[in-house]
Amino acid sequence: MSKVTSMRDAVADVVHDGDVVAIEGFTHLICFAAGHEIIRQRKRDLTLARLTPDLIYDQMVAAGTARKLVFSWLGNPGVGGLHAIRRRVENADPAPLELEEYSHFGMVGRYTAGASNLPFFPLRSYFETDLPKANPLIRPIRSPFGEETVYAVPPLKPDVTVVHAQRADAEGNTQMWGLLGCQKEAAFAAERVIVVVEELCPEAVIRADPNRTVIPGLIVDAVVVEPFGAHPSYVQGAYDRDNHFYRDWDAISREAETTQAWLDEWVYGVSGRAEYVEKLGPERVASLRPSGEAPSGSVDYGVYK
Amino acid sequence: MSEPRAAAEAAVFSKSEMMIVAAARELVGQRVCFVGVGLPNIAVNLARLTVAPTLELVYESGAFGAKPGRLPLSIGDPTIVTGATAAVSMFELFSFYLQGGLVDVGFLGAAQVDRYGNLNSTVIGDYAHPKTRLPGSGGACEIAINARQVFVIMRQSKRSFVDRIDFRTSPGNLGGAETAARIRREQGWLGRGPSVVVTDLGVYHFDDSGEMRLDSIHPGATLEQVRATMGWEPKVADPLPVTPEPTAEELRLIREELDPEGAYTK
Repeated sequence: MSKVTSMRDAVADVVHDGDVVAIEGFTHLICFAAGHEIIRQRKRDLTLARLTPDLIYDQMVAAGTARKLVFSWLGNPGVGGLHAIRRRVENADPAPLELEEYSHFGMVGRYTAGASNLPFFPLRSYFETDLPKANPLIRPIRSPFGEETVYAVPPLKPDVTVVHAQRADAEGNTQMWGLLGCQKEAAFAAERVIVVVEELCPEAVIRADPNRTVIPGLIVDAVVVEPFGAHPSYVQGAYDRDNHFYRDWDAISREAETTQAWLDEWVYGVSGRAEYVEKLGPERVASLRPSGEAPSGSVDYGVYK
Repeated sequence: MSEPRAAAEAAVFSKSEMMIVAAARELVGQRVCFVGVGLPNIAVNLARLTVAPTLELVYESGAFGAKPGRLPLSIGDPTIVTGATAAVSMFELFSFYLQGGLVDVGFLGAAQVDRYGNLNSTVIGDYAHPKTRLPGSGGACEIAINARQVFVIMRQSKRSFVDRIDFRTSPGNLGGAETAARIRREQGWLGRGPSVVVTDLGVYHFDDSGEMRLDSIHPGATLEQVRATMGWEPKVADPLPVTPEPTAEELRLIREELDPEGAYTK
């Protein structure tokens, strides 16, 4: 059964006010297209979970969609701070923003526990740090098999996880390559999953390379085909990270007014990703293509009858 | 290239270049290094091309054995994937590679460091009502605990080298070497803690008490500058050597191959 739908319908059907939403992807494969559609549909009171809130959550927070962030590293990678989020945190401007803070491994462990239906994830982090004081959900536990103490973090089960990927078939069987982040864990942990892909492929393409399937259609609710949907993030082999935009955002987001003006122009002012890409222009798009090809070798799975 | 010309060129270098070279040289003999963006990234790649040819670069985003073809702005850049030995999930990276004990050196920076190498990258001021909200741990706290040793690279100032950090994000030698060693042993940490701090003014190691000691001062820097840019009276090696200047080849690699645009080194 085909689950292919438009971004507008996917977000309208799957994302509800008050949901815990995870748009994952570590630097790579961050689905800005879904974030922008959530902004356009004026979803409210979301709890936004991500290891690195990145520009996507800075934009979603600036647009008033969120009441809380669950995260482990709050910055503009390689550039500096996230100013819209910092205004909310440091000055409650225009409203406070609740924070629930972990480390990277803590967040990965939370998704893993959520995906595996476990009550907690144990890890050797947090010893002698102030993080358990800042977040009482990080708790020490004694090993049942000895004297050792480790730390535990609770499961994270998002209402919705959005995953961006290179390709999927119409049922949502999804393949990706490059940095995988914790997209698989976040998807399996979630109640509902939206998969957004650069390219829809036939089922035969998936079945020809089953090791590359990260997410099975079994757990997918909607498939959206949205080329360039991760920009200014990137898709390995398809387009590069738009580092210029990451730098530009630092200036754009320093003032609330310029941030809102940007949202007006690039989010509210376009109907969807296709129009956004058109507005970016062919030159910008072409400049982000890889400088050459680096195809993998192929493997032989063999036929067994 | 004639010798005198190379020597003349080598004589002019920036503070950042000195930091990168000093950090790279500390990596001699190391095998697996967890890399951060910016200066650590250039230092580690310089080490791979000079003193540590078998160094495996690990990025927390999931690339192992990376051979970046350009200077990545972020630790998740596509250039660290193409040509890497492995691209793994973050679960594997943090569970099997880091917590499993395979990382020899982790590079960390921070907004604040104290004399024992404890690091703050979370907040300036009170946690609940921060004056400045910083990025937070990311992978730093687990790197500090699980990497066999930690290299710190940061510029000195009264605001960053402080008597008391506002928040302990990443543990160093806690309140002293003896306590730190006992706690690390009792709790089964794999890491020995911080071993070197490279700044724009010099190179520090940690003495038997677990406190930072200035072991070499960079060419052109003075002890007055060192003291004026830290919140405690530093221990100083006696005699205090001057850090050997970058060689012409080290400078060539930084300028022509690693950071040709001078993004981090000017």
